[in-house]
Amino acid sequence: MSFKEVVRFALRGLSANKLRSALTMLGILIGVAAVILLVAVGNGSAKAISDRIEALGTNTITVMSTGRGGSSNTALTTDMADAISDPTMAPDVKSVSPVVSSSATITYEGTDHDVNSFVGTTPGWFTASNTPIGTGSGFTADDETQGRRVVVLGQTVVDELFPGVDPIDKQVTVGGALFTVVGVLKEKSSTGFQDANDTAVAPLSAVRQVLTGYGALNSMLVEAKDPGKVDTVESEVSTILDQRMTKTATSSTSSSTTPYRIQNASQLLETQTATADTFTTLLGAVAAISLLVGGIGITNIMLVTVTERTREIGIRKALGAPRRVILTQFLIEATLLSVIGGALGVVAALVGSSFEIVGVKPVIVPSSIGLALGVSIAIGLFFGGLPASRAARLRPIDALRYE
Amino acid sequence: MTKPVLDVRDLKKIYGEGEATVHALRGVSLTVHRGDYVAIMGSSGSGKSTLMNILGALDVPTFGSYHLDGVDVSKLADRQLALARNRLIGFIFQAFNLIPRTSAVANVELPLAYAGVKPKERRRRALEALEVVGLADRARHEPNQLSGGQQQRVAVARALVTEPALLLADEPTGNLDSHSTHDVLNVFDQLSAAGRTIVIITHEPEVGARTKRLVRLVDGEIVEDTRQSPIHLPPVGAFAGRHAV
Ligand SMILES: Nc1ncnc2c1ncn2[C@@H]1O[C@H](COP(=O)(O)OP(=O)(O)OP(=O)(O)O)[C@@H](O)[C@H]1O
Ligand SMILES: [Mg+2]
Repeated sequence: MSFKEVVRFALRGLSANKLRSALTMLGILIGVAAVILLVAVGNGSAKAISDRIEALGTNTITVMSTGRGGSSNTALTTDMADAISDPTMAPDVKSVSPVVSSSATITYEGTDHDVNSFVGTTPGWFTASNTPIGTGSGFTADDETQGRRVVVLGQTVVDELFPGVDPIDKQVTVGGALFTVVGVLKEKSSTGFQDANDTAVAPLSAVRQVLTGYGALNSMLVEAKDPGKVDTVESEVSTILDQRMTKTATSSTSSSTTPYRIQNASQLLETQTATADTFTTLLGAVAAISLLVGGIGITNIMLVTVTERTREIGIRKALGAPRRVILTQFLIEATLLSVIGGALGVVAALVGSSFEIVGVKPVIVPSSIGLALGVSIAIGLFFGGLPASRAARLRPIDALRYE
Repeated sequence: MTKPVLDVRDLKKIYGEGEATVHALRGVSLTVHRGDYVAIMGSSGSGKSTLMNILGALDVPTFGSYHLDGVDVSKLADRQLALARNRLIGFIFQAFNLIPRTSAVANVELPLAYAGVKPKERRRRALEALEVVGLADRARHEPNQLSGGQQQRVAVARALVTEPALLLADEPTGNLDSHSTHDVLNVFDQLSAAGRTIVIITHEPEVGARTKRLVRLVDGEIVEDTRQSPIHLPPVGAFAGRHAV
């Protein structure tokens, strides 16, 4: 009997038992699709997190004061910012943006809107913090030195105050002073609970004059010349700050901790990636369990039909089928079921991954396809093949009597 | 004299162990020569099916020897056994044993497929065999769409389709009405007249009466073995008009 004939027999066997074939394939399909999709969701959320952090800029560090109250010896000052931007003392620093921020109420034609962070800074901040302008323009260094009252609004503020109106060149009132809107920030995807678009940015001098006064800075955003230099920049900055702060802090009680804190986006990235990896592993475990459950389903269907199949094998043997032909037929059946089911599962997963799942855009991990397919095909072959090979070894009359 | 087609010596078959032991066959010796037409009769549970399964190389005896065409069956490997079952023997089961959800014609084709006959030729011969048992119009029906008697005739067609030298039939007319019984027995008579060897189990005396030899089993032992007509002549049923079924 030729191989082609055996294949035809297998196909006829599958179509003679349509429901069983369909259920087996469905089991494999679900197992494979679940594994691939779950891993893709885990991977997708990990990607989303790292993308967001990368958007913060991996070549910047943020210096924040940890000093309590307004005591001047632990405060960050513009002098320090100037010192850090000095190319001889800190050769790897590309730019320094001193930042003050406060909450403020913005008013336009009688409508009020409270922003959480009304930021005062220098023009370099827009590139350093990866906050591009959407429409209009940012402010210039000249605006900053002249203390001009111009402001760049976040999208949320625009939506609140200027519904259906172009905000550019309109005047808003902040802290009793008039600010001219020169631009709108490009919309950002929000991280966490805070609305990243509920913000406004104005020149440092103007904000200090109108809102915060000339006290300490809230933070400084220091940009390194390239991402690999971030660590060097960090030590350069600490050296400068240590000098400045100890100089002014000699009189105060010596504290063991530095009066400032440096936050590094790439460190943040590392911890976040580690978290995301844990997440992916967890989802992988869930996926493995679903594969196992799917596998048990397949096994169940295959074993339930063993009685009937064993009888059928008995008949075939009685009619003169050699063991090899029977085995080949049943292995081809199992292979077809698991391969077709697996392939459909991959297709289902690919289709499913083009949709957002619980707010995450899944990103397929290629190795998960291989793993899911491999495991389910192995299960299908094993549990399809094992009962068949056992039955093929029985005497025909014992196979016929099997219960 | 040529070597016998079937030759069993002191066959014993014991089922089960301990308390539940059943001696289905208690030392059966039987020799069947080419061209013979043997009926095995006996009450229910007397071991007829057990003997038949062993003769069909579907089961093995607990004790005793079995030579098929002079070859010791217990020494055959799986491939050779498969070949013998396929080419030499046509077996009709008491319980039909058709493959479920598979059309009648596909069931009849099966032994031809294992014999390596090409699909077209296979289909033609299968339809012919169904024609012989009067089921040509039911070729596409699946077993569960056929009556018991029709299923039995499909099983007969399946056993005949390879034109085996040895036909073993376990109550082939058990579920048939008198008309169908007549048709099937006519087929057997023709095969016998053509020189094939037939062993048939039956409960019906009139079926037994048409054979050339009658063997009676009681409790796993042969108690009677009568020759009813000469082995080298066609069976009595082959003469038209002898039967009034
Ligand atoms: N697989 C088995 N296990 C245990 N006992 C069996 C088995 N098969 C048959 N027997 C017993 O062996 C004896 C002979 O059974 P067998 O099927 O040969 O009877 P039979 O003559 O064909 O009967 P019937 O005319 O009812 O078909 C019976 O007592 C039966 O119970
Ligand atoms: Mg019986």
